[in-house]
Amino acid sequence: MSTSPAQRRRIARWSVVNTAVVLYALFPVWWIVALSFKDPATLSDGSFVPRRWTLENYRGIFATSEFTRALVNSIGIALISTVVAVTLGTMAAYAVARLRFPGKRLLIGTSLLIAMFPPISLVSPLFDIERFLGLFDTWAGLIIPYMTFSLPLAIYTLSAFFREIPWDLEKAAKVDGATPAQAFRLVIAPLAAPGVFTTAILVFIFCWNDFLFAISLTSTTAARTVPAAIAFFTGSSQFQQPTGSIAAAAVVITVPIVVFVLLFQRRIVAGLTSGAVKG
Amino acid sequence: MAEITLEGVTKRYPDGAVAVRDVSLAIADGEFLILVGPSGCGKSTTLNMIAGLEDITEGTLRIGGQVVNDKAPKDRDIAMVFQSYALYPHMTVRQNMGFALRLAHVDKAVIKEKVEEAARVLDLTGHLDRKPANLSGGQRQRVAMGRAIVREPKAFLMDEPLSNLDAKLRVQMRTQIARLQRRLGTTTVYVTHDQTEAMTLGDRVVVMRGGIVQQTGSPQELYDRPRNLFVAGFIGSPAMNFLPAAVEEDRLRTPLGDLPLDDRLRAALARRDAPREVIAGFRPEHFEDAALVDPERGGATVTVTVDVRESLGSDVFVHFALEGGAAAAEQLAELAADSGLADTGAGGPEIVARLSARTRAREGERLRLWLDTAQAHVFDPATGDNLTLPGHPRDTAAG
Ligand SMILES: Nc1ncnc2c1ncn2[C@@H]1O[C@H](COP(=O)(O)OP(=O)(O)O)[C@@H](O)[C@H]1O
Ligand SMILES: [Mg+2]
Repeated sequence: MSTSPAQRRRIARWSVVNTAVVLYALFPVWWIVALSFKDPATLSDGSFVPRRWTLENYRGIFATSEFTRALVNSIGIALISTVVAVTLGTMAAYAVARLRFPGKRLLIGTSLLIAMFPPISLVSPLFDIERFLGLFDTWAGLIIPYMTFSLPLAIYTLSAFFREIPWDLEKAAKVDGATPAQAFRLVIAPLAAPGVFTTAILVFIFCWNDFLFAISLTSTTAARTVPAAIAFFTGSSQFQQPTGSIAAAAVVITVPIVVFVLLFQRRIVAGLTSGAVKG
Repeated sequence: MAEITLEGVTKRYPDGAVAVRDVSLAIADGEFLILVGPSGCGKSTTLNMIAGLEDITEGTLRIGGQVVNDKAPKDRDIAMVFQSYALYPHMTVRQNMGFALRLAHVDKAVIKEKVEEAARVLDLTGHLDRKPANLSGGQRQRVAMGRAIVREPKAFLMDEPLSNLDAKLRVQMRTQIARLQRRLGTTTVYVTHDQTEAMTLGDRVVVMRGGIVQQTGSPQELYDRPRNLFVAGFIGSPAMNFLPAAVEEDRLRTPLGDLPLDDRLRAALARRDAPREVIAGFRPEHFEDAALVDPERGGATVTVTVDVRESLGSDVFVHFALEGGAAAAEQLAELAADSGLADTGAGGPEIVARLSARTRAREGERLRLWLDTAQAHVFDPATGDNLTLPGHPRDTAAG
């Protein structure tokens, strides 16, 4: 296959556009990565590439328990919130997609409302409630608001996926002798898996990235997550900005997200339902 | 294997719509029963109630003598073939066909054997390890059939299983399904909106309209003795011709001309409550080129102008239009709406006659047509009832 000049021009044009977009998107990321590898002397030299590469910043943040403890909190809290939100979200979305029940519109409306609520307006009441209930500065104290705010998102994405699965498949499973639970587990769940993965990743990223709740509802390293912990970083002397450490910490918490997305991209994109019914 | 009995079965959906009204049917063990009717008449709902996928609002459903109204689908031991096939996309053909057996904890070796046997019957052996997405429409259809037969269930329920296939494949599969059913001898309820499929497949056909059973009988019975306008117009292709007719003395005045009444028609119209304005129905094959008919034979002769002549080799279809209004009745309007033939309105009635291939009929020319009035039907326009049937419902009601 030879390419005509017109085709080549088109390819060239798209290449330029794509490169521009990618550069625009990746520039801040690269900037942070570059910063994290610079030593304190060259930190503010404005160069794109570190003149002297150093792992000092990384060693620094992992040297004390302040960051490692926050990392453990981040991973634990985000994972638990994700598992709970996706489990509940799956059940709710299945009901929303499949059943006609009284109050369905109300449920959808309410969850929309919650998703739209500016979290900042809830922070002070939450602070008081959690102090009162003894949840302040605990894992549960963060998991509960994360769940609340990510459930609407989970229900929305998942019910879209469930609606894509032909209802006939469930009927077929029932006639084939499956209990409702078996029909869900053996037929619906495998088909909804890409949707569940997508939702889980979105919810995880939401919890992982949150700063507002993390900074407001924690006071010690007991439950403080990385984004909040970074704000408490101090330089090695009081006259020094902790820029290098912050950059290194930022890179450390970005990596898992990137790995996640790359790992599951194919699953997210793959449409497993093709061929269920006449195409 | 089992007989299936419906007694006064009614389905009212939560929104208040009555989809099936007071249906009573006794389906014998091993019988091949067809449910036919236009789209939306409640065929699928009836089938889903038998399967247990829809609750029964009123009435009793028995499978093998046992009342199963409140039993879950899995406890009814019936297999269903869906219009969409509903194959599990994440499973191979083998897993699809063996799914029910796997749920029933049948031994793995036995499952393998049964699936392979069914695959051999359905010519799917080479495709057992493929996913449904990689199969053609016909192959998917056969997998859906296979999934039903490996289970050796009490009954097969099929909801328009062939309507997603192209015409040629449909005819092929139709024969195959009939053969398979005869061989297995499993009670089968088959839903279709295609009257040709209904006529060619079943032992017995049930015609439904608006959730109500119109008539039950063998294909020939429905064709020869339709109980009302709806059945008469629905069964048969090309459809029966309907003409408005006025009863006058000893004749029937129609747009075709005046037709003499024979004893049978006279008796039908002599009933006390018989209307004076009726609808006459003639099947296309009850016409013949008058030149080819023994003049001694009874019947009537009329002269028409041929619009279109279609030669099929074995027969010739002759179309012609008549002056005057077309037959009007609720049931006919419904049939026209279903077939997509919206009322042509201004034009008079259109007639199709099926003549012997020896006819000399030519387009645009006058043709003398013989009409076998002994075969004609006369319907009451208000109720749609066939007045020519001896077992007329109003007779039995009166007696
Ligand atoms: N879930 C439902 N809720 C309300 N009405 C329904 C539902 N399913 C079907 N119907 C109505 O019941 C009637 C019969 O439907 P159906 O049995 O699917 O017809 P068919 O299979 O003969 O085309 C239709 O008028 C349809 O609109
Ligand atoms: Mg249907």
